Amino acid sequence: MLKTHQKNPVLVALIHAIAQNLTTFDFWRKSYYFRGLILALMHLVQQILFIVLALASIYIFAKKIGEMRRNILLGRDEDLTDSPGQRWKNMILLALGQKKMFKNPTPAILHLFVYAGFIIINVEILEIFLDGIIGKHRLFAPMMGSLYAYLIGFFEILAALVLVSCVIFLVRRNITKVRRLNMKELLGWPREDANIILITEIVLMSLFLIMNSADLALQAKGAQHYPTTATFWITGNFAGAFSGLSESTLIAIERVCWWLHIIGVFFFLNYLPYSKHFHILLAFPNAYYSKLIPQGEVKNMKEIQNEVLYMMEPDKAPAATSEQEHKRFGAKDVTDLSWKNLLDAYSCTECGRCTAACPANITGKKLSPRKIMMDTRDRLEEVGKNINANKEFKDDGKALLHDYITVEELRACTTCQACVEACPVMIDPLSIIMQLRRNLVMEESNAPGEWNLMFGNIENNMAPWKFSPDDRDAWVNT
Amino acid sequence: MPIKSIAEYAANGESPEILFWVGCAGSFDQRAQKITRAFTQILDKVGIKFAILGKEEMCNGDPARRAGNEFLFQMMAYNNIAILNNYNIKKVVTICPHCFNIFRNEYPKLGGNYEVVHHTTFLQQLINEGKIKLKDGGAFKGKRITYHDSCYLGRGNNIYEAPRAVLEAFDNELIEMKRCRTNGLCCGAGGAQMFKEEEPGTTRVNFERAEEALETGATIIASNCPFCMTMLTDGIKNKEKEESVKVLDIAEMVAMSLE
Repeated sequence: MLKTHQKNPVLVALIHAIAQNLTTFDFWRKSYYFRGLILALMHLVQQILFIVLALASIYIFAKKIGEMRRNILLGRDEDLTDSPGQRWKNMILLALGQKKMFKNPTPAILHLFVYAGFIIINVEILEIFLDGIIGKHRLFAPMMGSLYAYLIGFFEILAALVLVSCVIFLVRRNITKVRRLNMKELLGWPREDANIILITEIVLMSLFLIMNSADLALQAKGAQHYPTTATFWITGNFAGAFSGLSESTLIAIERVCWWLHIIGVFFFLNYLPYSKHFHILLAFPNAYYSKLIPQGEVKNMKEIQNEVLYMMEPDKAPAATSEQEHKRFGAKDVTDLSWKNLLDAYSCTECGRCTAACPANITGKKLSPRKIMMDTRDRLEEVGKNINANKEFKDDGKALLHDYITVEELRACTTCQACVEACPVMIDPLSIIMQLRRNLVMEESNAPGEWNLMFGNIENNMAPWKFSPDDRDAWVNT
Repeated sequence: MPIKSIAEYAANGESPEILFWVGCAGSFDQRAQKITRAFTQILDKVGIKFAILGKEEMCNGDPARRAGNEFLFQMMAYNNIAILNNYNIKKVVTICPHCFNIFRNEYPKLGGNYEVVHHTTFLQQLINEGKIKLKDGGAFKGKRITYHDSCYLGRGNNIYEAPRAVLEAFDNELIEMKRCRTNGLCCGAGGAQMFKEEEPGTTRVNFERAEEALETGATIIASNCPFCMTMLTDGIKNKEKEESVKVLDIAEMVAMSLE
């Protein structure tokens, strides 16, 4: 390399020009000419690597999001664009403000730390991201003056809170075994997923804090390329422990942490869509599109209403058109559900507040509203993969009903809406249960004998019991 | 005052202030009939002109709809709405939260638009207006009372305070169960469970809820729904506490305390 440069003054000038533009390292004034060149090249390589990595991770993420959007839109159409004012209010209160989380204060506060940490530390990720692209270090430091150290100090406090909260969450899941976090539907992958998320967050926060500690130690040594800032609130206490290390070791630590941290962030970004953790994004649209009608109201089936009208008053019924496709009554598979049900499924973070409140589950029945949501998502992902492989959905002989959710689970529901009420991100498991029940009864004629008797009584005696309609007002005279 | 049907009002060219929708439980279930009678006794005492549909009343279709039989529900809704609209009904009062929910939330989409009031809200309004006067030192003075939120009045329609306000009018301390208001535990009857055996489990929902009610030490469990009434009464019997603990509908409690 040395030889080449000496022989080729054009190339030398070119590299100098690039290095001059892209780095803060001014090696013209340096006697260490070659060291400068190597450092400049290292910076260039780092920048290129960073940009490639950033673009790749954003591309893969965007592709997966597109796929998820396509999957959600496999659901039936449902117009949820009314009352935007109320919907924005719901989104701000429930998603941003986490209103429903505070029914249970301990996890709510810990969750708030992690959430606030996630949102606010992202401002720091922005700086790291820009540093990575343009090859600067602590780009915002000179712009912000003394405020910068306070800002980073604030991020560090949040990072420490995130770290502590995640450790407590790990304990709650794996040691004290909070009931709703240790149910059988979580065995296997869902459990691992939860632990991977928590451990990743702990690692990311640790890397961030170690990086800042090394940085402060480097600043104290007056290392080049590390702009001096005031001390940071948390890592200021640890920088002393790093001061015994040599400058090159510290640079290595700082760089490795910087890289691992940002690689971790890119990894996490692409892990999200495969994980229950995707709720951090979908909580917002899910709260926006949540049900505005009273919780007790069951969605009307216009197609059945028209059937009845056609029977009773044919002149009033809307004429059936030949191009009307026959829609299955109720839902057998995910594609029969509404797109909002599918958005619900992707928004579920498997916290189990619904299941913990479910009277059927509390009394040992198989029904778990959380499992209804997990099954819906699993089946939807399966359908999505099927479409990826075959260009369009190829019948796989499976369906959400029976293959994922059993009749016994559906039969246990009391429609009490405790699950709907409990969900912090406004997921409605009851809506899915109702649609599957409709399919069972109206498409499969699958109902327990006692229900068939009840149906018969209502039809013939106008009451769910076998009493004569003539006796309906008999109580008046007794 | 004899109880008149809407047909009798119509025959005389009169119209009632309210239609009292009795519901299937209130009409046929022997225990629930007592709630029906207690409520009519209050209406009578206050002097409210009310009608019942009598033999023309039909199941509103709630258990069919929630079991998944939308077709049967739509049939019942169609017939009920036709009758109510034919009599030009404007205001309906009902003693059943399932009927209340159907009238309030589900019939409007099918062309049945009525002002509908659950009897606990109605009673609270009458007490507030001074139309119902309760005896001083009535039947419930000094008794421990707990209140069971029915799902379709509470979570379903956000009515938590009106029934409690009626109970507080008895000059009594209300002891809440651990799971109350939005966190209230179902009695186990909803979603057409009333009409079938429970799925296999470790216990019954009504046993679980009745135990929780007993834990408060209350001697009266106040309810607002004839189905909760059945479930809680069975739950109390299961614990062999039926001698010392009574399940009473709020209407019955008011009727027993009328001046």
